[in-house]
Amino acid sequence: MNPDLTATLLKYAVMFGVFINVAPIMNWVERRACAYIQDRPGPNRVGPLGLFQPLADAVKFMFKEDVTPAAADKLLYLMAPVLALLPAFTTFVIIPFGPDITVGGRTIPLVVAPVDTGVLLFLALSSLAVYSLVLAGYASNNKFSLLGGIRASAQLISYELALTLSVLAVLLPVNSFRLSDIVAYQQAHVWNFIPQILGFFVFLVASFAETNRLPFDLPEAESELIAGFHTEYSAMRFAAFFQAEYTNMAALAALGVTLFFGGWSLPGVHLTGWLGAVVGLATLVAKIIVCMAVFVWVRWTFPRFRYDQLMRLGWKVLLPLSILNLILVAAMTLAGWL
Amino acid sequence: METLIFLIFAVLAVASSLVVVAHKSPVYATMSLVLTLFSVAVLFVLLGAPFLGALQILVYAGAIVVLFLFVIMLLNLQKSEERRLGPQLGVAMLGALIFVGMVGLVFWRSGAPALQRLTPELVSLKGLATALFADYLLPFEIVGLLLLVAVVGATVAARKAPEPGAESGLLPREDYVSGDEPRTDPLRSLPDPRRPDVAEPAYKPAAFKEAAK
Amino acid sequence: MSVPISWYLMLAALLFAIGTVGALTRRNGISIFLSIELMLNAANLTLVAFSRQLGDHTGQLVVFFAMAVAAAEAAVGLALFIAVFRARHTIDVNRLNLMRW
Repeated sequence: MNPDLTATLLKYAVMFGVFINVAPIMNWVERRACAYIQDRPGPNRVGPLGLFQPLADAVKFMFKEDVTPAAADKLLYLMAPVLALLPAFTTFVIIPFGPDITVGGRTIPLVVAPVDTGVLLFLALSSLAVYSLVLAGYASNNKFSLLGGIRASAQLISYELALTLSVLAVLLPVNSFRLSDIVAYQQAHVWNFIPQILGFFVFLVASFAETNRLPFDLPEAESELIAGFHTEYSAMRFAAFFQAEYTNMAALAALGVTLFFGGWSLPGVHLTGWLGAVVGLATLVAKIIVCMAVFVWVRWTFPRFRYDQLMRLGWKVLLPLSILNLILVAAMTLAGWL
Repeated sequence: METLIFLIFAVLAVASSLVVVAHKSPVYATMSLVLTLFSVAVLFVLLGAPFLGALQILVYAGAIVVLFLFVIMLLNLQKSEERRLGPQLGVAMLGALIFVGMVGLVFWRSGAPALQRLTPELVSLKGLATALFADYLLPFEIVGLLLLVAVVGATVAARKAPEPGAESGLLPREDYVSGDEPRTDPLRSLPDPRRPDVAEPAYKPAAFKEAAK
Repeated sequence: MSVPISWYLMLAALLFAIGTVGALTRRNGISIFLSIELMLNAANLTLVAFSRQLGDHTGQLVVFFAMAVAAAEAAVGLALFIAVFRARHTIDVNRLNLMRW
């Protein structure tokens, strides 16, 4: 078998293993954390500390009845969960997770797809995620779902702008779209969140909106829209949306960590070879976990925005801020400070 | 290998573009346009323009087509009631056939020159960026201005006539979707001079009608 | 084996023709718009193919500009559709005949 292909498949398997396990683990973390925040025990019956609760949930999802509404648009209804999973499990291919390793005389960069257009590819693929929400909302033939779908389309487009602009600012001093170059730059200089704290703030808020998390979970606001775009979904199809949401969160967290917090690298640590690879992967996972914890913390702390507030924040606050950040970073780069 | 990829995505592009043109439901048409755009993006990458491939997905599939879907849902366009005009369709098909036939004839006569080899210089982003910001700086600035004008124009065009006391009409109100009678709008009461029967409130929650069947 | 450039151009011609037929025969404003996007894409494919053949970036840059213009066009066009729909409850182009007589 072609060694390059084998290496790519192995790397994909590693990343897939990391990212597919995010959803069940986060399910447990989220429920325990929210219970802790709300001063109640949370799931604690299945296994020690309720640790096996995600397994029980998975079993439940598998055996539940799979309902398709009679008036639904069947094809689109079936397609929506698949479309949700596709971008979720492709975006992480451009996240680097360690230094180059050498196996049998050939250098292997520890990133599944070492392409020139790196970050751009991530943004392109993640921008496809909106289709699943919109189609789920439309195909369910249910007014709450439709409202959720419409909200999702407007919200995701609006916040994608701020997100993209804040990412572009990171690329300016590095002169490259490759995330591995960005990590190398941060190893040589300082983690990007220090000079670009404004961009990081914009990125953080926009990524809450992009992943439909509270305080921006308007597409599925349960007190207004029942469950929004996935109101009609049950069993494994609902689980697909659930999985996609958490995987998207993890992928965005991985992107944020790579752009602003040095990715797999640690300041002052320069390991190479297999040890470097293992430490790099562990560092990346640890940083992603911290980010996800922030996601959970924010979700259970802030109330939901109203829709017009959401749009106002996106277009009148975040977008100008991200442009300001871009100009600042460009000026600092020109002045040679970065 | 390259030929195989080309053939797969060429067939996919043609098939999905046929669906775009022929399908009655705007949502299906829009979704197959996404497939066409994706196939063309793959062909861009195959031709050595990965930047444009990513941009095609990011800008076209990720933003423009989502906007289409948004409008289709906002206006609740169901399967359009349009009547296809026989002669018009025939003439259009004939014209298209003649056009494709002409292009085909040209290539049939001239033979099929092989593509130039890919040079790393052509694929690199650096070359593209240099050309963009050195030779084409003025068009680039003008496009930026055009986008600004488009943003302003779209906002003005889509905004409702402000009502006295209303805070702002900038956001499309959701009452168009939820099935409530929309607020009165002076333009709304204009009857169509040729078809008085069309003046009936065109806003129907058609989705629920179908569901009730 | 490499794909000859004429295949790409044939494909682009085919897509362009399909788009033209759609733009001429569909009566729903949105469908016409979709067909026009199809035609734009066919033209873009031609430009990228020639850019490759001539080893020059200009074709790719024109595509870049075409995409920006297409985005502007879509935004303004769809806003107009919303405005028209508010006034006339339809975007069927056969019924939008206020200016025809």
